[in-house]
Amino acid sequence: MYKIVKRDVIVPNTVYLKVEAPEIARKAKPGQFVILRVDEVGERFPLSLTGWDKNEGTLELLFLIMGRSTMKLSALGEGDCIMDVVGPLGRPTEIESYGNTLCVCSTFGVGPMIVLIKALKEKGNNVVSVMEAKDETFLFWDDELKSISDETHVVLGDGSHGKNRRASEFVTEYLQSGHKVDRVFAFGRVFMMMECSRATKASGVKTVVGLTPIMVDGTGMCGCCRVSIGGETKFTCVDGPEFDGHSVDWELLIKRKRAYLREEALAFDLWQLDNLRRIAELSELSERVSMV
Amino acid sequence: MKMAEKPKLNLNRVPIPKQEPEIRRKNFNEVALGYAEEQALEEANRCIECKKPGCKDGCPVNVDIPEFIKAIQDGNMPEAVRILKSKNSLPGICGRVCPQETQCEMTCNLAKKDAPIAIGRLERYVADWEGAHPCHSEPFAPCHSEGAKRPKNLAQDRLCEGGESNPAQDKLREESRGAQDISKEKKIAVVGSGPAGLTCAADLAKLGYGVTILEALHVTGGVLMYGIPEFRLPKVIVQSEISYVKSLGVEIKLDQVIGKIATVDELLENGFDAVFLAPGAGAPMFLDIPGENLSGIYSANEFLTRTNLMKAYLFPEYDTPIKAGKRVVVFGGGNVAMDASRCALRLGAEEVYIIYRRSKVEMPARAEERENAEEEGVIFKLLTNPRRFIGDEQGRVKAVECYQMELGEPDESGRRRPIPKPGTEFIIDIDTAIVALGTRPNPIVPSTTEGLELTRWGTIKTDEATGRTSKERVWCGGDMATGAATVISAMGAGKRAAADIDAYLQGKS
Repeated sequence: MYKIVKRDVIVPNTVYLKVEAPEIARKAKPGQFVILRVDEVGERFPLSLTGWDKNEGTLELLFLIMGRSTMKLSALGEGDCIMDVVGPLGRPTEIESYGNTLCVCSTFGVGPMIVLIKALKEKGNNVVSVMEAKDETFLFWDDELKSISDETHVVLGDGSHGKNRRASEFVTEYLQSGHKVDRVFAFGRVFMMMECSRATKASGVKTVVGLTPIMVDGTGMCGCCRVSIGGETKFTCVDGPEFDGHSVDWELLIKRKRAYLREEALAFDLWQLDNLRRIAELSELSERVSMV
Repeated sequence: MKMAEKPKLNLNRVPIPKQEPEIRRKNFNEVALGYAEEQALEEANRCIECKKPGCKDGCPVNVDIPEFIKAIQDGNMPEAVRILKSKNSLPGICGRVCPQETQCEMTCNLAKKDAPIAIGRLERYVADWEGAHPCHSEPFAPCHSEGAKRPKNLAQDRLCEGGESNPAQDKLREESRGAQDISKEKKIAVVGSGPAGLTCAADLAKLGYGVTILEALHVTGGVLMYGIPEFRLPKVIVQSEISYVKSLGVEIKLDQVIGKIATVDELLENGFDAVFLAPGAGAPMFLDIPGENLSGIYSANEFLTRTNLMKAYLFPEYDTPIKAGKRVVVFGGGNVAMDASRCALRLGAEEVYIIYRRSKVEMPARAEERENAEEEGVIFKLLTNPRRFIGDEQGRVKAVECYQMELGEPDESGRRRPIPKPGTEFIIDIDTAIVALGTRPNPIVPSTTEGLELTRWGTIKTDEATGRTSKERVWCGGDMATGAATVISAMGAGKRAAADIDAYLQGKS
């Protein structure tokens, strides 16, 4: 059992947790993830690590409420326990001295991106960060991005901030305007990562993306998370989760992520019906948070 | 009960009662129901008590088979339990899933007459008797927690009458615990809680060592929990035998992926004197044909893990979904292919095909499992191989193109090599495909451990007799050492490694 010591609703659909897991915290590295199982009947699902504190023995998680499992996880409060947390899994990000790096993130990708940027800075890289959000309501932690990056750009989907609506548009412009970029990292929604990879393809700048397919065991045993990279089948959990964005078969990834849409919707609805009261409490809480 | 008169040579094996195929193909309850007392006695009495029993030699863990059968004949069940458990910590599991026909029952002297003693069924009977009489065997098999229900078909639900002590059990306890008086402060880490890990841990604990099992998944039991289905091996049986291992003093830590949360070297540096690696079969193999990553194509590992470990057959009560659909094909001819096809039936599939590129004779699956599958309606398409999968717009598999094979000359495995027959292509419409072609070793432990020599198949190079690896203080057993094999061969490896670890540590101290 892994105790939640801190919980925050960051924006209405995104929750932050700090969880006691000293053994995992001791070994965690940027780019890695954990597999969680919320309760006895829960499914196993992966979440990227958003941070950790070796001394305190805690992990930080940031996640979007997408379905039953993330809803259940979001419904736990401080002092509650998560049944299982397994990790740190996956290969850590390769972090070297690249030169000028472009770090693009959206939603839950902001957390792991902050970890990565700190590590890139330690290696002396110049970091230009780009954050994409739907609108002002869903924008968060941009201040922290600013404080650790050399340059930060915010792109809002409603067009209310600058002329771009997508991060990939910014990336295209940035490259076209003659900036030298040595490496691009993109973490967040699949669509955003795909578009960014397309935007950098012509220039040939290596673009590293963090993939989030469906997983079961997370240790290479089941092959559920297989992806096609340059025509070769790879297991995201042990060969990834980071791959060369130019080689990823995005269509396959997106289709495989949607394999259980109907079942997920059914499970989500049923859980909500059974937990109306808890949901009411939660929405009150999130309103209070967003008012602050 | 009156002892039946023992005829000199009774060649009528007592059949084991089973659920009827039409009923069982729709539920996950155990298929074989186990002997009742009279049946067990009748079968035990067939044993001719030969002077040179062959059965023992056929057992990878050398169970004293004639002795435990004698105890059944004498009606001394606690003694039967004691004899069995002194060599085998997991008899309820072995009685169900061991391939006895190629082991003890093959070397039984009555096998020459095609009627070997049903040793596996008797072993199961003894284990289930103990399960139904937990109070007699405490602390080795503690009473089950109140919530845990045992299947109704377990041997005769006799209630425990008080907690009076039982001499045979006391003897077992003394034998096992006595060893602890010798001061042994050595600690051993066992990586993986499947059959190899559990056996090694139990044997070392019986010798008085401090043993910690580190399990990657959220439950103990490895393949016994995620792989072998409920209807072949009920999970309460697995858990009660694990309770026994725990009662020996073995500590079990879950959610521990060794190589990630701690490396083998860190275990050795941080207080463990020896490490036994038994992480099991790793990465599933695929067919390597076009369309293989379409949704609806599962590795058998994934299909079975979702079904057995995550209980997807209880979705949406349990959160993990699975899609079997109406028409399922399973590729492969081993026990795992049989398990997957029978799970698919129970998940509601109307037609389930096993597609195998050789003929029935070459199938590696146990005859019994193949028959069970056939009885339940699984259709065998032999000498058939897939060429490509065909998907729909959503990226879901909708058909598979296959072609026919014929058998040529024997290959290096001694089996006749299948050769494609040109012009025999045909297409089967399917909802789901399951690939049961075996596994490759999981890379996590080898890639994070310095100084571990590997074989050319990627398994850890291991001395078969002792389980020793190329690395000091590290032993290995089970599928990680041999490639995919049986529960009992993994247990044999666990046993040999435990003996060698003991010898090594004794020599050191």
